[in-house]
Amino acid sequence: MENAIETVKEALATLSLNKLRTGLAMLGIVIGIGSVIALLSLGQATQKQIESNIQSLGANLLTVSPGFQTQGAVRGAAGGGTTLTNEDAQAIAESPSITTINNVSPELSSRSQVTARRNNTNVQIIGATPAYTSVHNLEIEQGSFITDTHVSSRSRVAVLGPQVVTDLFGENANPIGQTIRISGQSLMVIGTTVSKGGTGFMNQDNIIYVPLSTAQKQLFGQDYLSSIAVEAKSADVMTQTQNEIGYLLLSRHKLSEPSEADFSIFSQADLQNTISQTAGTFTSLLAGIAAISLLVGGIGIMNIMLVTVTERTREIGLRKALGATKKIIITQFLLEATILTIFGGIIGVVGGIVVFYAISKLANFLFTISFFSIALALVVSGAIGVIFGAYPARRAANMEPIEALRYE
Amino acid sequence: MIHVSHVKKIYKMDGVETVALDDVSFDIKKGEFVAIMGPSGSGKSTLMHILGALDKATSGSYILDGEDVGKLLDDALAKIRNRKIGFIFQAFNLLPRFTALQNVMLPMRYAGIPSTERLEKAQRYLTMVGLSDRMAYTSSQLSGGQQQRVAIARGLAMSPSIILADEPTGNIASHQAQEIMEIFEKINKDGHTIVMITHESDIAAHANRIIHIKDGKIIRDQKNGKRN
Repeated sequence: MENAIETVKEALATLSLNKLRTGLAMLGIVIGIGSVIALLSLGQATQKQIESNIQSLGANLLTVSPGFQTQGAVRGAAGGGTTLTNEDAQAIAESPSITTINNVSPELSSRSQVTARRNNTNVQIIGATPAYTSVHNLEIEQGSFITDTHVSSRSRVAVLGPQVVTDLFGENANPIGQTIRISGQSLMVIGTTVSKGGTGFMNQDNIIYVPLSTAQKQLFGQDYLSSIAVEAKSADVMTQTQNEIGYLLLSRHKLSEPSEADFSIFSQADLQNTISQTAGTFTSLLAGIAAISLLVGGIGIMNIMLVTVTERTREIGLRKALGATKKIIITQFLLEATILTIFGGIIGVVGGIVVFYAISKLANFLFTISFFSIALALVVSGAIGVIFGAYPARRAANMEPIEALRYE
Repeated sequence: MIHVSHVKKIYKMDGVETVALDDVSFDIKKGEFVAIMGPSGSGKSTLMHILGALDKATSGSYILDGEDVGKLLDDALAKIRNRKIGFIFQAFNLLPRFTALQNVMLPMRYAGIPSTERLEKAQRYLTMVGLSDRMAYTSSQLSGGQQQRVAIARGLAMSPSIILADEPTGNIASHQAQEIMEIFEKINKDGHTIVMITHESDIAAHANRIIHIKDGKIIRDQKNGKRN
């Protein structure tokens, strides 16, 4: 044990002798481990974020979108068609044969410029019915949501997402009773929603809700729906419900074959799987690249150790003359390589966490670090030292003492 | 104690055989101070390497303290070098980053001696060679003579059966060489067996037996009348 501590001290002293070389040799490992940590954490965070986003969109949710499904070379852009009507939504809700649904929410969604006082912003406008809140787990912060009366009388009212409130009226303002303008029409704000989070295309806070009829007749001038959201009674009946809605709509649209369908139905689970898979593939791809940089780092370590062994040939010869066994020489050089990579690994872990922290702040990601990945990174960096240090150490140990002593 | 009989060493280089040692036999008893003299290429360095368990003879036997060194494997040879042989080189061969004290302690570390004992012995031997005030100096801070004295202390550290010195004064100014030889005589009086290679007769004159070799053969092996 005493000897072990001394050997470690000696290795540290040797490594600190040529700081620039030691630093450069470490750099490969630092970058490799750093990118592994940053990328794995980023991948995990993305996955978690997507899952929580999709959960907040509503559980047991089926979405019916207009447009043709994949069919040969021709594919109608999902959501681009004009095949879903208010009557379709009503038929789904009132069909005696479909008993597994809780709520049906017909929706018309479009982006538009919105102004209030002097501020203006570009937001998603959703024409909705009262069913929307229950289907999408939407909660009201202030005021109230759209009612049946609003829908039937095409009231000019609007409910704002928190992001819209901030953009149009400022932080923590109370917009209830204020007027906003969309497409030349004035609407009165009657409520605001609780923040649901989400970023980019998933941002659920940058939305204005208006009565469906108001959206169709007064804002966008169209009778069609951009989607029908259906809340099933439980996760177990999703497939059954999906099929029943499919057959109902096929018969309503006078189509005989499922392959001819001018609409598509997908569940939240499908979406979640697709996105998770994509994110997973992306993560493994990045991790693969990081692994390659680790390999390159390891080769760098081997190279430096070979140079070191050659430079210290006389020292090795002397040590052998003084009675160092092969094991002692191997231990000495293996230890130097391993200390190099473990230090590199520690710096890499810290660097990776810092980079990931910066990204999570900038892109508004969840900042979580798994201790498993840190432990793994350190074990891997130690292993790299042992693997890539083995050959140089063996070469040192196998030197003939007289030849080594004669070396100039 | 040292028993060398019919030792032959043949080097093969690019298919050409060179005979470095040709049927060399001699005994060295405990407490002797032997100088091996010869011109360069005479085979004295080869003999030194064989005596130091750094190299093996092509044929013949070398027995040190009853052990047939020629038959030992690498790790056993390392142990022999560690316990039974104290090397003193022409170029000193101190580890440059180490202090005098650390250099002397190194062979004791390989032997697994506890650090307190190592320190105590190293201090004792460095004091003996007159370097009690230079123990924390690294080799770059020491003169040639001082470095060689550190090497002597290191050679003595494991109380070896023989001290093997290869041109110990070759790289040292002459007045310092005199001091080194005085130390050799002193440790020889203390009972250490010394085998020293040199080509300088005034250095060899400090020994009590001189073996002359030429072309790989012993041509003369005699007591040194001046000392005995």
